[in-house]
Amino acid sequence: MAEEDPAMILVRLAKEEEGVGISAGAYFAGVKSAMLMQNHGFLASINGIVSFAQLYRIPLLMLISYRGHFGERDPWQTQGGAATEPILRSLGIPYGFLDDPAKVEKRIAEAQCWAYASLHPAALLLTRELMWEEPAP
Amino acid sequence: MQRIDCLRAIYPRLDDSLVVTIMGAVAAELQSLGHRPNFFYLQHAMGLASSTGLGLALCLPNRTVVVLDGDGSLLMNLGGLTTMGRYRPGNLVHVVFDNESLLSVGGFPTATATGTDLEGVARAAGSPRASTVRTVAEFTAAFDGALQAAELTCIVAKVDALGPQRYVTGLALMENRFQFQRYIEGLK
Repeated sequence: MAEEDPAMILVRLAKEEEGVGISAGAYFAGVKSAMLMQNHGFLASINGIVSFAQLYRIPLLMLISYRGHFGERDPWQTQGGAATEPILRSLGIPYGFLDDPAKVEKRIAEAQCWAYASLHPAALLLTRELMWEEPAP
Repeated sequence: MQRIDCLRAIYPRLDDSLVVTIMGAVAAELQSLGHRPNFFYLQHAMGLASSTGLGLALCLPNRTVVVLDGDGSLLMNLGGLTTMGRYRPGNLVHVVFDNESLLSVGGFPTATATGTDLEGVARAAGSPRASTVRTVAEFTAAFDGALQAAELTCIVAKVDALGPQRYVTGLALMENRFQFQRYIEGLK
């Protein structure tokens, strides 16, 4: 979708932390951006988030698919799932949830608005309800 | 070859470019030559200066972006070379000062001290113009060539592991950040 939209630049990364630097460069250039990644990618990006986005007050918007929370069947996702919200809280990064397709656009606009107003990273967790249609366990 | 001599040689060419540096000696030495509002010094987040330059280059295709990187920082973000190689912005000049050590945190040897070839890595990652230089004249020629080439260029400059006495300068991080942003806003 992003690739087909002429108003957007899609940058595919090797590792998520690069996205912190690319997003900051885009921000300096006057271009709004969002980092789309899994929560383990967020965990892998923390030094960049702390030592760039927080240190330099960059309004980094993170859209984080929330693997490993309740309902998760894959054992390898569970520890990262349990750590995600406590780490966001310990970093002082406000976060909300994207769980309803009807509210996605509004919630992203609101999170981006807050990030720009505060010059601080903000996160939205993309939940199981939004992302993965699975029968109840 | 000393890093400060390389910086001094290209300093007059940095007037119209957006310049992003890594922390430590590169930031301190460039500031010692004279800070300009189009210079941004990423004083931490090792590895992300090159990604920041990539973001700037992709969003501002009509501006030349110069990244002044180092071997230690680049080794922390080797994957970023593949992202650069993937998008290949022709307005990005990636200089890597390779002193084979993590000078600003104690001088521990990096993998380039034991044979890792960053020019080779950059080339294999998709950089169309990668070279290694060992004299200031070679460095200056490679840099001027990059400015004229309009093709993504990586210049690995082998330099001595020498730096300034101090890394903290009088320029506050926030002052630098807002000044740099305002400079870019003023370009439009």
